Amino acid sequence: MTSDDEDGVFESVGALSDRVRRALYRHVVASPDPVGRDAAAEAAGISRSLAAFHLDKLVEAGLLAVTYQRLSGRTGPGAGRPAKLYRRAENEHTVSLPPRTYGSVGRLLAAVVDAAGLDRELQSAARSAGAAEGEALAGALDPVAALRSRGYEPYWEERTLRLNNCPFHALADEFPALVCGMNLALIEGLLPGCAGGQDWTAVMDPPPHGCCVALKSKTNNR
Amino acid sequence: MTDFHLAQVNVGRILAPLDTPALADFVARLPEINALADRSPGFVWRLVDDDGADSTSLRPDGQDDMLLINCSVWTSIEALKDYAYRSEHLRVLTRRREWFEKLADHHLALWWVPAGHRPTPAEAMERIAVLREEGPSAYAFTFHDPYPAPGPHAGATAQ
Repeated sequence: MTSDDEDGVFESVGALSDRVRRALYRHVVASPDPVGRDAAAEAAGISRSLAAFHLDKLVEAGLLAVTYQRLSGRTGPGAGRPAKLYRRAENEHTVSLPPRTYGSVGRLLAAVVDAAGLDRELQSAARSAGAAEGEALAGALDPVAALRSRGYEPYWEERTLRLNNCPFHALADEFPALVCGMNLALIEGLLPGCAGGQDWTAVMDPPPHGCCVALKSKTNNR
Repeated sequence: MTDFHLAQVNVGRILAPLDTPALADFVARLPEINALADRSPGFVWRLVDDDGADSTSLRPDGQDDMLLINCSVWTSIEALKDYAYRSEHLRVLTRRREWFEKLADHHLALWWVPAGHRPTPAEAMERIAVLREEGPSAYAFTFHDPYPAPGPHAGATAQ
């Protein structure tokens, strides 16, 4: 990474040093659909104009992207201007001090594991690692909170819990059979240690974007 | 103007005969997974044997009783990827090593065919052979090294 690249990442991430901006950013990225200024302002407990200012700063920093959409569903003359909506920008930002490149190591290891055909060994290790994490939780978090704390960004779609973010996205894209199988095993291992986790099941049910795993609770009354 | 469709072939060596318990789950999942392919956006055609349900009775290598072939045609790389990696098919894929050997060389090849063309097993096996011999090219490529469709739409399907 050149010092120019590094400066760019620092500037992007530096835009999150403001507490209000962090609240807005987290609200937008946790939503599966683009978020408008009013909803973001309400979630952060600030005025619409202040939210607009900070949201646009996050766009300038390359952390959020803008889309325009009519929220009312009306079209044609009189439908009004399309609303400015925000969603997470596609690019990834990594800061490591001192510089560490675990991503390239992960890619290399995945390529070797894939070439060696060790899918089942990896799934078994992932299930054990998930179970160890679950045991450490000792029922302190329910599955939703546990998955949130691991960066999956869970959201409800009717009675199904979906995961807006794949924490292993680049590797899952390159080695889907290997990495998505590992991810499912990891989550299956994790569930029993979560509060009420015995009543949950994880299945592979990929939506167009986000994690390929979806969860259901037998006792969920939503 | 000729449109081009994406042809796909993959081969796999089963770890045991299809009628044994080791392969029972794979055989049981086939009807739903094939039905899912048939109704997926962008699906055009898939190779079937004389039974007409799937291609599991075909043996593209006469010397190898365990080698199965799967061959299909799609409107685009994206359509095939959506089916392969963003559908219930992904669950079957993550279990591949329960049923199939890891082959040392390329087991999948992609190439463009004129719309309406139906690849034969021999033609498909030749694409894999060329991919293994010469690496990815427009003649036979992989998801990792995609090539655009020929003709006026060149570039539209490039990634």
